[in-house]
Amino acid sequence: MTGLEGVLVLVFLVAAVLGYKLIKAVPSLLHTPLMSGMNALSGITILGMITVTAFSQSVLARLVGMLGIIAAVINVVAGFGVTDRMLRMFKGGKEAVGKGS
Amino acid sequence: MTTVPEASLGLAEIILAIGVPLLLSLGVLYGIKMMSKVKTAASGNRLSALCMLLAIIYVFMRTDLSGSLVYIILGLAIGTLISIVITLRVKMIQMPQMVGLLNGLGGLASALAAILTLLSGETQSGFSLVTSGLALAVGALTFSGSMVAAGKLQGLLPQKPKVYAGHHTITALMALAMLVLIALLPVVPGYNGMFCLLLGVLGLLFGYIFAIRVGGADMPITISLLNSSSGVAAGIAGMALGDILLVSVGGIVGASGLLLTQIMCRSMNRTLSAVLFGRAPAAAKPEQAQETKASEAAVEMPESAPADPVDWLIEAQSIIIIPGYGMALSQAQEQVKTLTDLLEAKGKDVRFAIHPVAGRMPGHMNVLLAEVDVPYEKLYEMETINPDFSSTDLAIVIGANDVVNPAANTAEGTPIYGMPVLSAEDARRLMILNFDTKPGYAGVHNPLYDGASNIHLMLGDAKGSLEQLIAGLG
Repeated sequence: MTGLEGVLVLVFLVAAVLGYKLIKAVPSLLHTPLMSGMNALSGITILGMITVTAFSQSVLARLVGMLGIIAAVINVVAGFGVTDRMLRMFKGGKEAVGKGS
Repeated sequence: MTTVPEASLGLAEIILAIGVPLLLSLGVLYGIKMMSKVKTAASGNRLSALCMLLAIIYVFMRTDLSGSLVYIILGLAIGTLISIVITLRVKMIQMPQMVGLLNGLGGLASALAAILTLLSGETQSGFSLVTSGLALAVGALTFSGSMVAAGKLQGLLPQKPKVYAGHHTITALMALAMLVLIALLPVVPGYNGMFCLLLGVLGLLFGYIFAIRVGGADMPITISLLNSSSGVAAGIAGMALGDILLVSVGGIVGASGLLLTQIMCRSMNRTLSAVLFGRAPAAAKPEQAQETKASEAAVEMPESAPADPVDWLIEAQSIIIIPGYGMALSQAQEQVKTLTDLLEAKGKDVRFAIHPVAGRMPGHMNVLLAEVDVPYEKLYEMETINPDFSSTDLAIVIGANDVVNPAANTAEGTPIYGMPVLSAEDARRLMILNFDTKPGYAGVHNPLYDGASNIHLMLGDAKGSLEQLIAGLG
């Protein structure tokens, strides 16, 4: 393992521990939006998809890349979109009355 | 916009290469922190989304996209278009399968990124080869597993767990085969195409066989576990590509999914391996048949009893509603809200008790009730509300079974024994609105159906039963 590779493994572990600690504080009330938000984040793989597609030489590889990008974009954009929709539904007593419904 | 060649690693380049991903990772982490409070959660989600957008722009600026630009832009455009349609069209009731579907797409992308890396023809280090192989396998199993889970939740596949002969052995052998293949990748150069094929197929099969034997109430656990694996796949793909941002965000998602899985398992009093390899539900089968007959015979009693459920509602001062998956199935949340409003208008105290695994994904009930504007302050977690049942006049169970089954405290040897349940039976009176008296997913007979005089059963579709109550009150 080279230096960079060591750093990568370390970053993975540190991020996992930090994420674990932060997510522990999320109440079960918000577990569904949390999960779908995390799900959207897992679409971060789009960065990798763009990079490998950029380096691809053959048309076939580029088409596969495009397919991967479509999948990842849907994961990210729809993921954040539905999470946002869900979170906007959560209202406290006063806010719900204010909405008048 | 400057693109610095890889060779000249100046200070500015190091800051750009390490600093920006670090900053964006911190942004994502802060967004997650904001998601722990209802008031800031929506902003937190948007912050995470913004960080992701910036990350994509950052990659665009730093990568020479020349020949593939058209494909990339086209991919982004098509994906965004489909996403907008999904975001606007999806119903809250479809959320569990939606999360499953999106999760699968993330896994697919990671697997494809790994395949392209392996087949790029460039020489890779052993580390890059192994991580690519891992990302391919984990990505592929996330994809097929999520598709099976989504298919089951959507009703396209049978909900019941399907167990093949030697299921456990097959699963273990496939996992072993994948590990061997990944270990061989750096040792046997020149056969990357074959490795890709084998790992991809094995990964897909593994995801299928893993998810097909999970059903019903174990779904929340499977969904959150697959959520974790999609994060892990992204993180490992990031290692293969040397992309720090991918690695850190993948790590965060992997950990979060694992944590949710842990919480779900604890709430069901099941070990992860029991869910994955399905010991408990299988053990419950013989008992189920026998017990169902017993309960069917017992049900006739309360039906002939003259208790009027509407009177019970009027006589009660304090009420706790316990929603379950049945409420989601019959889409009765609107009626639940109407009933709540009617009862509150009569000056009654109405609260909701939410079991951590009620429904088909973590926090499922909360979302459905939020959709119909039930204020979240009225939703109580199990530990908080359980002591209050004994001082409550009436508990109303709506489409829940296992999560209120007192057998969990007494029936040793059954799958739900030891699972923390809502003590609905402690309430002075109990009304149960369920479709039938068949045992819940766990297959354990519920003694609440045995016809005690303070328990009223309203069988049939929850929506219809609720409308009956609403009509009676109005």
